[in-house]
Amino acid sequence: MNDPILEMRGVSKSFFSIKALRAVDLTVYAGEIHALMGENGAGKSTLMKILSGAYRPDPGGEIRIEGKPVRIEGPLGGRAAGISIIYQELSLAPNLSVAENIYLGRELSRSGLLARGAMREGVGPILERLGADFLPSTLVAHLSMGQRQLVEIARALHARSKILIMDEPTTALSAGESERLFALIRQLRAEGLAIIYISHRMDEVYALGDRVTVLRDGRLVGSLDKQDIRADAIVRMMVGRDVSSFYKKDHDPEAGKGHPVLSAIDVADGLRVKGCSLTVHAGEVVGLAGLIGAGRTELAHLIIGAAPKISGRLELEGQPIEIRTPGEALEAGIAYLTEDRKALGLFLDMSCLDNINLAVLGRDAKLGWFLDRDKARERADRAFVGLSIRAANTAVPAGGLSGGNQQKVLLSRLLAIAPKVLILDEPTRGVDVGAKSEIYSIIDNLAKAGTAILVISSDLPEIIGICDRVIVMRSGLVAGEVRRTETAPLTQEDIMALATWTEHLDA
Amino acid sequence: MPDNGSTQAKAATANDLAAAQATKRQRIRLLIRAAGMLPVLLLLCAGFHYLSDGRFFTGQNLGIVLQQAAVNTVLAAGMTFVILTGGIDLSVGSILAASAMAGLTMSKLPDLGALWLPAAVLTGLGFGIVNGALIALLRLPPFIVTLGSLTAVRGLARLLGADTTVFNPSIPYAFIGNGSLTLVPGVASIPWLSVIALLVILVSWLVLRRTVLGVHIYAVGGNESAARLAGIKVWAVVIFVYGVSGLLAGLGGAMQAARLYAANGLQLGQSYELDAITAVILGGTSFVGGIGSIWGTLVGALIIAVLSNGLILTGVSDIWQYVIKGLVIIGAVALDRYRLQGSART
Repeated sequence: MNDPILEMRGVSKSFFSIKALRAVDLTVYAGEIHALMGENGAGKSTLMKILSGAYRPDPGGEIRIEGKPVRIEGPLGGRAAGISIIYQELSLAPNLSVAENIYLGRELSRSGLLARGAMREGVGPILERLGADFLPSTLVAHLSMGQRQLVEIARALHARSKILIMDEPTTALSAGESERLFALIRQLRAEGLAIIYISHRMDEVYALGDRVTVLRDGRLVGSLDKQDIRADAIVRMMVGRDVSSFYKKDHDPEAGKGHPVLSAIDVADGLRVKGCSLTVHAGEVVGLAGLIGAGRTELAHLIIGAAPKISGRLELEGQPIEIRTPGEALEAGIAYLTEDRKALGLFLDMSCLDNINLAVLGRDAKLGWFLDRDKARERADRAFVGLSIRAANTAVPAGGLSGGNQQKVLLSRLLAIAPKVLILDEPTRGVDVGAKSEIYSIIDNLAKAGTAILVISSDLPEIIGICDRVIVMRSGLVAGEVRRTETAPLTQEDIMALATWTEHLDA
Repeated sequence: MPDNGSTQAKAATANDLAAAQATKRQRIRLLIRAAGMLPVLLLLCAGFHYLSDGRFFTGQNLGIVLQQAAVNTVLAAGMTFVILTGGIDLSVGSILAASAMAGLTMSKLPDLGALWLPAAVLTGLGFGIVNGALIALLRLPPFIVTLGSLTAVRGLARLLGADTTVFNPSIPYAFIGNGSLTLVPGVASIPWLSVIALLVILVSWLVLRRTVLGVHIYAVGGNESAARLAGIKVWAVVIFVYGVSGLLAGLGGAMQAARLYAANGLQLGQSYELDAITAVILGGTSFVGGIGSIWGTLVGALIIAVLSNGLILTGVSDIWQYVIKGLVIIGAVALDRYRLQGSART
């Protein structure tokens, strides 16, 4: 075999005390498609950002390109080293033309004036080679997602990159566009480019990959050559870790099974959610799993009226119910814990007391308008004790608390309305281990008390640890459900298989 | 074990101490924020008193300062509601003029003259609600909407008096413009304009700090998306704050009309919005919304009045007064940035 074009040896990256990458090795050859796989948070994007120059690796590791050690620094460092990255969210300026985008940052000029004509001519041959069906002068805003991807690839080729990294390139593409993209990727491989292909989708990796490297928890698990690539082997490499003992599940999974609390029937928004149905029973903790972008959060937003439904209906305790705003959802007893507590949940400048009481201020008010400050103080004190929120007092601004305590403040606000249904979106994201286990036991206690709970999580061990059954979403649809039975426990393999399998693989 | 117990007790004491210290630090920070520009106000007063050879702290001069601050205080109170939600109301000067014109026109009607006061206030409220509705329901940016009404309402104000000055020497309730409330006969009195301004501040404080609506106003300014997800009717809050701003501009118009016995649609209230915004920012209310207090606004309005009065007393030319006031605005915003650095928001 020829010499590798890219070699990474012992590359690590830590953010404060968190190790995002631990001594990862990666070897990529020219003319190969190297698939990089791993769960959400396994370290794929960190690795990629090191190659692009967005992150600087910890000292100690080494990166060689064509045998020569390189230091990749700054956003242009990657490109200078011959590496181009096509991100999931494309980085094109929609208000500029195709040619201007390809030349972005390296515009041609003639005596200080932009040389538009020369730029258009310059990109012509590349677009032709890629079989583009649009002109260099077309505005990017007028292109489809597939065409925009082509512009990104053209930009990489134009920069004479030897290594092309693609991060989930088919997420926004139709099946036809994906097929065309695959053909193009194979053509580029034949032309001698090295392609690092990051994907969650097993079928794509089957179809394209010459080799597969799997990351887990920031570590290299291993690489498989083409003849060894098998779905079960990859899934085992991706998820194979111990389920820690700190998950708490004492509530009876059979309790209240006959009593459905919330049902969503064929709910769709026409974009990210394409007709989903699910039911949550009293006293039950149901997991909603799926890859990032599968439509889980969007489905939750439809249920609570934070986004408009184009079809479908909801039933609460067997009765049809109309929910148009989050306020109506709260009145009906459906509470939603957002995945983004800083942007969508907390009021960081307001006191914990106000944050906790916000949803019930109107209900508690005296004469309908005036704050009942005693009641508010009592409620906040109770929440501080009940959820063991650690802060100097209830008057400090919520923004000063740690992630775990912030999450508990937000949770207290929801619990103040005594919800019938609690939808928790990534309830332990950015929360330390101690607070995590406390949040698990809060969830468990709520289930014991008869609350119907839906937990959206990308953390599979967490979902398995605290849920009674798991609904798996994929590409805006409910892909299936995984149930715990007497004989078989929930497994990450089953969930990942449902979350990553795509229809045309079955053929 | 006794040893173990004492260690625990010691640890607990240390914890308590640390917590107490944290609370104390928190309190000092809150105090600094609450006191805000009050020390600056007091320093300015003392400085002008010294520079003007003792002419500042006289009963007569303080009465003038309070009276001059009154209308701006009322406008700035309304502006505080708006800026707390992260918005801006550029149209208050024009609304003030239109309301004064409407009031004066009404006052000249033979039978309905006594109703001129509510007419002025309701005119302001009406314009404010239109502003709020455009912003909340059509989702237009506050700056653009109120920039538009700044111009449009000014035009309407001129139309109301056929572009002339409207006089009414026998306007009812003229005492609110020029009379004083006697506190101690012969010794202390306070202009009615100032009494109104203080009442407005008190009611604003009550609404902002003691009602559900007040918390919702802070919430919308602090994090609008979170407010929406928390079930707050953001549109209603937005219409309310612009309604309040309009209503208080209308009240300001009535105060001006009663003081001058006259109004001119073209000249009255020109660039008053800038003084009102300055007062709010000087008072420590954050321009991005969610942080601030009505007491700060009162201090801010007083600083502006003291600055104007003091610069005249010390004989600074009219032209330099503009330069100095402008620099004060920039300094205040710089202070706002600096103050925000310590808070949770980035």
